[in-house]
Amino acid sequence: MELIWLIPLLPGIGAALNGVFGVRYFSKQTAAAVACAAMGGALLLSIVAFVELLGAEHREHLVELAQWIPPIALETASGIGAFEAPWAFRLDPLSGMMILVVTGIGSLIHVYSVAYMDHEPRGGYVRFFCYLNLFCFFMLTLVLGSNLLVMFVGWEGVGLCSYLLIGFWYHKKSASDAGKKAFVVNRIGDFGFILGIFLVFFTFGTLDFRAVAEAAAGMPVEEGTFGVISLICLLLFIGAVGKSAQIPLYVWLPDAMEGPTPVSALIHAATMVTAGVYMVGRNAVLFTHAPEMMLIVAVIGALTALMAATIGLVQTDIKRVLAYSTVSQLGYMFLATGVGAFAAGAFHLMTHAFFKALLFLGSGSVIHAMNEEQDMRKMGNMKAYMPVTFATMGIGTLAIAGIPPFSGFFSKDEILYRTFLDNTWLWGLAVVTAGMTAFYMARLMFMTFYGEYRGPSWGAAGHADGGQEAHGGQGAHAHAWHGPHESPRLMTAPLQALAAGAVIAGFIGVPAALGGGNRIEHFLEPSFVAEAAHAEEGGHEEAHLSHAAELGLMGLSVLIALGGIALAHRLYVRRPDESERLAADFAGAHRVLTNKYYVDELYDATAVKGTMSSARGLWTVDRNVVDGAVNGTGWLTRASAWVSDVVDKYVVDGLVNLVGRICTEGSYAFRRAQTGLIQNYAVATLFGVFAFVTFYIAVRYFG
Amino acid sequence: MSNNLDYPLLSLIMFTPLAGAVILLFVNKRSEDMIRWIANVTAGIGFLVSLPLWFSFDAASPDWQFVQRLPWIPSIGAEYFLGVDGFSALLVLLTTLMGVIAILCSWTAITERVKEYYIFMLVLQTGMIGAFVSLDFLLFFVFWEVMLVPMYFLIGIWGSDNRLYSAIKFFLFTLVGSVVMLLGILAVYFYHHEVTGVYTFDITQFHALNMPFSLQWWVFLAFFLGFAVKVPMFPFHTWLPDAHTDAPTAGSVILAAVLLKMGTYGFIRFSLPILPEATQAFVPWVAGLSIIGIIYGALVAMAQHDWKRLVAYSSVSHMGMVMLGMFALTPVGITGSIVQQLNHGISTGALFLLVGVVYERRHTRMIAEYGGLSKIMPAYAAVFLIMTMSSIGLPTLNGFIGEVLILQGIFVVNKWWAAAAATGIVLGAAYMLWLYQRTMFGAVDNPKNENLPDLSIREWATFTPLIILAVWIGLYPKPFIDRLDTSVDRVMVRVNSAYAPVNVEDSGAAASPAALVRDGEVDDAATPVRGGAR
Repeated sequence: MELIWLIPLLPGIGAALNGVFGVRYFSKQTAAAVACAAMGGALLLSIVAFVELLGAEHREHLVELAQWIPPIALETASGIGAFEAPWAFRLDPLSGMMILVVTGIGSLIHVYSVAYMDHEPRGGYVRFFCYLNLFCFFMLTLVLGSNLLVMFVGWEGVGLCSYLLIGFWYHKKSASDAGKKAFVVNRIGDFGFILGIFLVFFTFGTLDFRAVAEAAAGMPVEEGTFGVISLICLLLFIGAVGKSAQIPLYVWLPDAMEGPTPVSALIHAATMVTAGVYMVGRNAVLFTHAPEMMLIVAVIGALTALMAATIGLVQTDIKRVLAYSTVSQLGYMFLATGVGAFAAGAFHLMTHAFFKALLFLGSGSVIHAMNEEQDMRKMGNMKAYMPVTFATMGIGTLAIAGIPPFSGFFSKDEILYRTFLDNTWLWGLAVVTAGMTAFYMARLMFMTFYGEYRGPSWGAAGHADGGQEAHGGQGAHAHAWHGPHESPRLMTAPLQALAAGAVIAGFIGVPAALGGGNRIEHFLEPSFVAEAAHAEEGGHEEAHLSHAAELGLMGLSVLIALGGIALAHRLYVRRPDESERLAADFAGAHRVLTNKYYVDELYDATAVKGTMSSARGLWTVDRNVVDGAVNGTGWLTRASAWVSDVVDKYVVDGLVNLVGRICTEGSYAFRRAQTGLIQNYAVATLFGVFAFVTFYIAVRYFG
Repeated sequence: MSNNLDYPLLSLIMFTPLAGAVILLFVNKRSEDMIRWIANVTAGIGFLVSLPLWFSFDAASPDWQFVQRLPWIPSIGAEYFLGVDGFSALLVLLTTLMGVIAILCSWTAITERVKEYYIFMLVLQTGMIGAFVSLDFLLFFVFWEVMLVPMYFLIGIWGSDNRLYSAIKFFLFTLVGSVVMLLGILAVYFYHHEVTGVYTFDITQFHALNMPFSLQWWVFLAFFLGFAVKVPMFPFHTWLPDAHTDAPTAGSVILAAVLLKMGTYGFIRFSLPILPEATQAFVPWVAGLSIIGIIYGALVAMAQHDWKRLVAYSSVSHMGMVMLGMFALTPVGITGSIVQQLNHGISTGALFLLVGVVYERRHTRMIAEYGGLSKIMPAYAAVFLIMTMSSIGLPTLNGFIGEVLILQGIFVVNKWWAAAAATGIVLGAAYMLWLYQRTMFGAVDNPKNENLPDLSIREWATFTPLIILAVWIGLYPKPFIDRLDTSVDRVMVRVNSAYAPVNVEDSGAAASPAALVRDGEVDDAATPVRGGAR
């Protein structure tokens, strides 16, 4: 366990190798081998660390690697503290589970990508694996970080990788737009997150998760008030809402499907988007001290689950259905944390990682087979061409729909049950959502794999009409398309592995009502409570129903799921015309749903346009007012200089010249006297003496 | 006060570039390559001789280091008095490094009046270093004015389009500020004489001066005008976009990386410790202007069509962040402010270099002229990506460390200020990523861009040290922060009477914050109400 810092570092090294040397020197094979080896190593280390953790008495292990931000004195609410953040990693049940999910699914997706990205040119291929490794580095840093700031490093880092991978085919404007949108929307969330971090430090004087939890445990629960802990939780939750695509910041995730499908599977389904749930779980003690915030979390989760599910009902792009499904399932996870069922949220996070990665990779396999076609209306009868993909995706569908004994059933049912205990209104929303989930997933399966084949014909034609995920621009796709086909072994093997996971992952959380011990909940519990509380209470008492009632709820949700599947079967297999008639009958509602409630348009008209026009407005102000004042001053200076110049030339200098002139003119007058004749001077002298004497006598005797 | 070495290091660092300039005077102006070599070698030596500032610097010592003191104008008490602390040592290192880079990046960009160009560049180096190492206020002022001249000519002669207008604007703006600042200096000088009977410009003496509030208030305003123009703070910023846009690449790099730091250096070295009460009184005003600058600069940057002007406005935004952290008057805030000054030099310097690379190839700065460069110049795109991320504060790179310290430092003082400033981070991501998208992504639809060569070895050499620094500060900023401890203490003891410097780390105070001695308890009225700064 001393080596857990190597778990993130290995993919980091892989990324560095591919990034620094790979783009220049590595062949495609070498690049893929480096990336996969790094992930494999990280997976191996994670397994070893996890096993050690299971065997350890005290299931928490802290490794401090180095100082990052050294301590600097700073005022806090309770006196002077030291602001600091070490590079430290913490392995505990929650992070242990997460590293297995990230490295496990990450490794499978690396393998899958080797084949999926095969027709990329070498440069792009190496770049792809560099980014994918870099993502895993940051994701594992996020998960293992022992304080909020190290988590934030991972948090922002995965955002960067998401940006780079969504915009991987950057020559397409839609792709680079989507990447930018993801980053900026996430930054809005991060704005809340970082302020939350500052408030945590100000309140508790530390950023370490464990220390914060212990300190918070000693504070009163903010029942009925919205105190400082509630404010912290609100700010942190804003961050979670951005990263995990909840209302109102979910808009980036559907657009993120512009990225290559393995990216959608790894980042935008299995791992990164669940970081928000993970972060809330990491700060469970804070959240349990803020019941008002818990309610907000639960309501946002339930509403997001429902809203996304309704949009998912009508989408025709196979990846977009899955994207909205992801938003919806993340809503479930937040609902769980909001009702205090942190373990159930984390459990669903894990099962979802399996079946949603599976579904995405399966859709990628279909898209691959259909020559980059993503529109389900142009598919159909694919089960005849790709049996492995069909079977594995079928398992994924049953899992997400909540059909026993597949994994989704156990985790989702745990959430529904705990929600029922807490708030029946939210439970109602969640059950309706569960029905819709089953419906849209079954619809996806039926439209894709059943019915008539509706796609383009193949043969010598080669390129079909351009799919949305065209790899063009870099000379890709030189090979002609020979019709839908099963994907290569490197792609189907990960599907099978994930399918196995989707089947069995649920068994670690079988509830007591079904004779299980819900082991995952007991395993994860220490991560969600303060140590003191854990030691005192051991197991905590809470409301529960009789087993019979619990089984009744279970039966109800299974029935609803089956109903959803049956309805989809009727509308898309037996009577396809009926679905079209339904869409026509409810054209208004259908249009609103197809256009995703016009939320993107709303944001565009308000936030985006508002920012842009204030930017342009201020630029005008800057040129004309602020700089105008400067130039005005300059102009005034020059104007007064001109005036001075005129005054100088004609008044001041004029006076000078006047004096000169008088002298000159005077001299002309007096020159006449200078005749040079002595007798003239004598006469003048005589007159002078005479005048002087006269003057003297006058003054002397008459004055 | 001490000199850690047996030779006058600071004078050596300061005069090395000048020596190069003098040698260049005697070189035939037609041997352009020789001139380039001499200038580059001089700058390289200049950087090497400055390295003892890192290796021989004693981070634990609260004294001024590498001190050299000689009489200069005894009749008025002015001295040739040099010395550094961690803050100025780092700025000098930044200056010598950026000097090498700026001179190296000019190799092919400057083809006319080559000799004069390099002479001005080297003289500018001496001026900037001199300002950072002067401990005599008059000497500082002389260097402060000296560096105006070469910069004026660099913009006016080797600039583009509107260069004369921009050069004159730059010159006059700074000159107006510095004239008023000189009045402030003289006020302190005469006040010092009044209370001690000694005529001196010794800054270390001024740091111990307790001037009456009303005088502090006026002197603060005088200093403020001088320094705020240089930073530049809103609304004194409009010279900056013009100067940057029209300056040659190296000029922009030096301007952004070093010259702007003169303003923030001035605040930390002079305004805060000499005028502590006035500083506290002005906190809301300066913070307000800083926050306006952060948001305003970011929004105006978003509206730009000119690549270089966009980066220039981003500078206004980032320097607002630097000022805000400083006026938090908390150790974390001031440390963050200084770290961010280095970061700004690294990231914005690199961004100007990057614009210079494509400007040299295409002779246009218009964003719309570019697009899809990722495909043609992948190495360039990668460097640009790293520097974009550094500029928008992505963790693991340098910008994050500065921003998080600044915002945490201001947060404990006023939560709303922190929240308002943090919006700049969101806007920063928006305008930088949009710039990146418009220039690097998309299809190559301008045929003129199709055959642009990627980074040359020389260009790589200019970027590599900056990338290394960005990653180093991002991952392990401790050596930098440690060097700043005593500099920050020096300011803190002045601006907050309740602050007693204790090395948190050495005293083990990390574990028990109570170890920080609080000697302001007796006089609670004197303790400012602001929550921060102990």
